[in-house]
Amino acid sequence: MSDPSQEWPLWEVFVRGKGGLSHRHVGSVHAADAQMALAHARDTYTRRMEGVSLWVLPSAEITASDPGEADALFAPAEDKVYRHPTFYTIPDHIKHI
Amino acid sequence: MHALATHALRLGDDALILGQRLSEWCGHAPALEIDLSLANIALDCVGQATHFLALAGALEGQGRDADRLAFHRDVMDFTNCLLVEQPNGDFAQTIARQFFFAHYQHLLFERMQAVQDERFAAIAAKAVKETAYHAKLAGEWVIRLGDGTEESRARMERGLDWMWRFTGELFAMDEIDSAAIDAGAGVDKAALHPLWDARIGAVLAEAGLAPPAPHRPVLGGRIGRHSEHLGHLISDMQFLQRAYPGATW
Amino acid sequence: MMNSLSRKDWMPEAYRKTLVRQMSQHAHSEIVGMLPEGNWITRAPNLRRKAILLAKVQDEGGHGLYLYAAAETLGTSRDEMIEALHSGKAKYSTIFNYPTLTWADIGAIGWLVDGAAIMNQVPLQRTSYGPYARAMVRICKEESFHQRQGYEIMMHLAAGAAEQKRMAQDALNRWWQPSLMMFGPPDDQSPNTEQSMRWRIKRDTNDALRQKFVDITVPQAEAIGLTVPDPELKWNEARGSYDFGAVDWEEFKAVVKGQGPVAKERMAARVKAWEEGAWVRDAARAHAAKRAAAKQAAE
Repeated sequence: MSDPSQEWPLWEVFVRGKGGLSHRHVGSVHAADAQMALAHARDTYTRRMEGVSLWVLPSAEITASDPGEADALFAPAEDKVYRHPTFYTIPDHIKHI
Repeated sequence: MHALATHALRLGDDALILGQRLSEWCGHAPALEIDLSLANIALDCVGQATHFLALAGALEGQGRDADRLAFHRDVMDFTNCLLVEQPNGDFAQTIARQFFFAHYQHLLFERMQAVQDERFAAIAAKAVKETAYHAKLAGEWVIRLGDGTEESRARMERGLDWMWRFTGELFAMDEIDSAAIDAGAGVDKAALHPLWDARIGAVLAEAGLAPPAPHRPVLGGRIGRHSEHLGHLISDMQFLQRAYPGATW
Repeated sequence: MMNSLSRKDWMPEAYRKTLVRQMSQHAHSEIVGMLPEGNWITRAPNLRRKAILLAKVQDEGGHGLYLYAAAETLGTSRDEMIEALHSGKAKYSTIFNYPTLTWADIGAIGWLVDGAAIMNQVPLQRTSYGPYARAMVRICKEESFHQRQGYEIMMHLAAGAAEQKRMAQDALNRWWQPSLMMFGPPDDQSPNTEQSMRWRIKRDTNDALRQKFVDITVPQAEAIGLTVPDPELKWNEARGSYDFGAVDWEEFKAVVKGQGPVAKERMAARVKAWEEGAWVRDAARAHAAKRAAAKQAAE
């Protein structure tokens, strides 16, 4: 029977595309060590010139927010409309602002 | 055949036969991710083969293109080194072959990208990046398998031992190599040998593996004297072209 | 409790189970699907075709990987899924239990099997479970060349020598019915369709997709002078669709049960690769553990 501890751990893969964008999560790979995870990430996720830089990080190291707490975490931001530039009315003839 | 054409042919045959061998793994590797890695290396090899064989055909000037050369020659006209035609064996044996060959190819292309002949230099400049990765990947696996378990260590040793006798041929020089150097298209392979030894030795040391016992080099591939394995490989590879002469695909 | 990437806590158990079943089946299909085409990589007729086929079969491995990873977010490990495949508990697409006998089969698989698969997969890009949908977006993008390369092979064969055309027609004859079966049993006999549609895991019914496939594929066959092997095939002006003959559902059921012509060979190959690779996976893990221990000791 399969023993989860016998499986190579899972790594999350982040790729930075050309043009200086931030690294973006693209998927995951299994690998026994970090070097292998990089190789597997390269061979799996950059076969079509998708990237110029790779990050891998053990999936077990990720702490995710609890979906059950989504309201507590994210709803309070909803009424902070004054954080957005469109909240402010500036007459049309005022330029460059 | 023109010396430079033969020079290109040898480079192309090496890549072609190794690519063919590696592609045998497709769908059968020890882990899904490894399957993808081996296929990437195989694809690089097929690409290199296509470029070098096309160049060989052009230099020969008899109207043979890369496919004609790959699919319409018999064993004695293949000029690849014996190392690349060795069977895959287990994963350790495949890694041993890849490790030895990729380090050789990398050293070779590092120099070839700077030769005068732009045709060879251009292919080498592209391939050197590929082989850098092949050498790194294979080296990491040599270390993992050498250091891993008792079984993996024994298998890695057997794999290295199997392939070792064919490594001398990689650095053997003959009149074709000399002519290629004179024409500004070749590399002094003999001079690469000590560098290769050092690179191989460093990885083996990290893996805790002793270099295989010295063995008299087995030679012959460059002049068409191959192992028994190659005939089977090419009968498989050339089946359609042989069964349907003149057909296009 | 803090949770890792596993999303299993917020969804109904039945929805989760259905998702894992569908995603792992899909992943298994990609992996087993490497075998029939892999059978021809070393025999591809020229260097261009060799590179294309190798890249395509490799893509399938990648797609299996994406899908396993998506299923893993629901707390089922890849090893568990692979074990279920090897033990016969998990299913995979029946199409891969048919043999690839000639080079034309590589064309037919790309054209018909990938064509059918794409039709099944495109709506899945909008499936309700995010990780599955994202995997499908990537897969569909990468697969766009798969079907075209297959049709291109068939075009060349159909326009080639008589013996090549015969090879192409023979492949179409053998792959047509199994391709129609890829959309699953008729709607009135599909045990999962209704629930999956309701959950928006599945977006179209089996019969609707099958009809769409026939309507698209028949003109493609005609365009290169091949004949779809169905005497009942007829354009129905009123429906604006082709009527086509009954699919042999008895055969389908038998193949689903594992009685496809090369089902045993396919599983034997997968199990062999897995078992023979065990020492490699063990070694890498042992090495990583040694390295980690040494690093810890040094700190």
